[in-house]
Amino acid sequence: MLAVSLATAASAFAALGGDVSSVQADQARLQASERIIPTQKYTVHEMQTARGTLIRQFVSPEGTVFAVSWQGSAPDLEQLLGSYFDQYVQAVQAQPTRRARGIHIDTGDFVLESGGHMRFVAGRAFLRSKLPSGVSSDQLR
Amino acid sequence: MINFGKPLALVAAVLTIASCGGSSKSSSSANNVQAITVNAGPAGGYANGVFTSVSVCVAGSSNCQTVNGVLVDTGSFGLRVLASALGSVGGSLAQQKDASGNSIVECAQFVNSVTWGPVKTADVGLAGEKASSIPIQVIDPTTVPIAAGCKAIGPSEEDLASLGANGILGIGFFIQDCGGACTKSGSGNPGFYYTCAGSSCQVTGVTTAQQVQNPVAHFAHDSNGVVVSLPSASGSAPSLSGSITFGIGTQNNNGIGSAQTLHADNFGNLKTSFKNQTYTGFIDSGSNAYFFLDTSTTGLPDCPSSESGFYCPSSPVNLSASNSDGTTSNTINFTIGNASQLFSVSADAVFPTLGGPNPSTFDWGLPFFFGRKVFIGIEPPAGSGPFWAY
Repeated sequence: MLAVSLATAASAFAALGGDVSSVQADQARLQASERIIPTQKYTVHEMQTARGTLIRQFVSPEGTVFAVSWQGSAPDLEQLLGSYFDQYVQAVQAQPTRRARGIHIDTGDFVLESGGHMRFVAGRAFLRSKLPSGVSSDQLR
Repeated sequence: MINFGKPLALVAAVLTIASCGGSSKSSSSANNVQAITVNAGPAGGYANGVFTSVSVCVAGSSNCQTVNGVLVDTGSFGLRVLASALGSVGGSLAQQKDASGNSIVECAQFVNSVTWGPVKTADVGLAGEKASSIPIQVIDPTTVPIAAGCKAIGPSEEDLASLGANGILGIGFFIQDCGGACTKSGSGNPGFYYTCAGSSCQVTGVTTAQQVQNPVAHFAHDSNGVVVSLPSASGSAPSLSGSITFGIGTQNNNGIGSAQTLHADNFGNLKTSFKNQTYTGFIDSGSNAYFFLDTSTTGLPDCPSSESGFYCPSSPVNLSASNSDGTTSNTINFTIGNASQLFSVSADAVFPTLGGPNPSTFDWGLPFFFGRKVFIGIEPPAGSGPFWAY
């Protein structure tokens, strides 16, 4: 029962690189905890999850989720990163540098950065090839 | 939590049997000073890791194991030890169970990884202090396979090579590793604790008392906080020795003196201002560098891919930022060097100028502790935190 409810909650998110239609479908289901913030160059879909993570999905004018960010409890990255989760796991395990607590992955297109401590994580992931023109990674928080 | 490459050597952990029997009663003059050392760690190759030894005993017995090479981490809460480092004692520790008699297994969530394994009860000894019969995590992915929901958080660190340590001693200012959120059922539970029938595991709500506990908060004396003290390092070095003193203002060696107190918020953070912008900040001995902001904000170039995740300015850069809790603030001066050059000296493990990007937060990692006494006040009821003072 518990597993089912968790899966339902998790499937309410579109994944990185996915289509805006899945985000829009989420809005109906999660209206109480979601707000949409339009900006000049993209739209931010912001959700506060029940487990205590503030998630922002950045949607381009073409309707693609080009970035996601998170802050609070550790999110379900498998859901949030979608097809990029495997790249994330491989990159973490192969991280060439001597780094602890915090991660910085850059595969050329897929970039993921995360930091924090137990009980608090903040990070972001984005696709360089999908960034709308004139948008810099600084704005993705 | 920890990733490092090119371990210099894989050195077998030196484990010795120690006695930790006897009375738990200690006077207020109990030995409250624990030696700590920054070095390459039990696996070798660790940069800016600070390690110590912990005694783990079957509760109420003198059946104990001293585990060396345990990472001292003020950014987490509770003791976690590799099953392989516990020897025969590990199998004798009592397994925590739920009301149905199923085993409680934990998915401890760090920033970029998890540790998975059963929650067991142990007496934990540090210096002359003892936390009696507290839940700890035994890191062990073999007894119960890691649950799918735990894998979704990130990769698991489950052995000496991946952890770079024989365990993690979480002595930050919270008493439990998760707290109130993990007492909930349903989707509001962040998924630290699982109940496992055989190898079938489900997220479960547990009481705060059942959660893995910060051992310091359970000492008979000196339980209101810790003082982490490391000497300054003028440059890179192979090792640096210091101490943790238990208690704040409880003995004549742990007075807070003129240190300034900064209270943390409910997440365990403060505010850090840099170039007129304010960011979420925190102080964490388990982070091995100053991790802050990004290249476009700091002007510090990223390292080439071989040292990806660190900054590589052509020459050392002096910077300053200020920490604030809304009432008190102070300015910190620090220097960032070139990580590729720092790591080129393979014998070194102490790097006072190591820094790297972290776009969302300002992480005052281990170099912040060099040349300071950092007081960490534990939350009530053990102390009057959560706070830092330095």
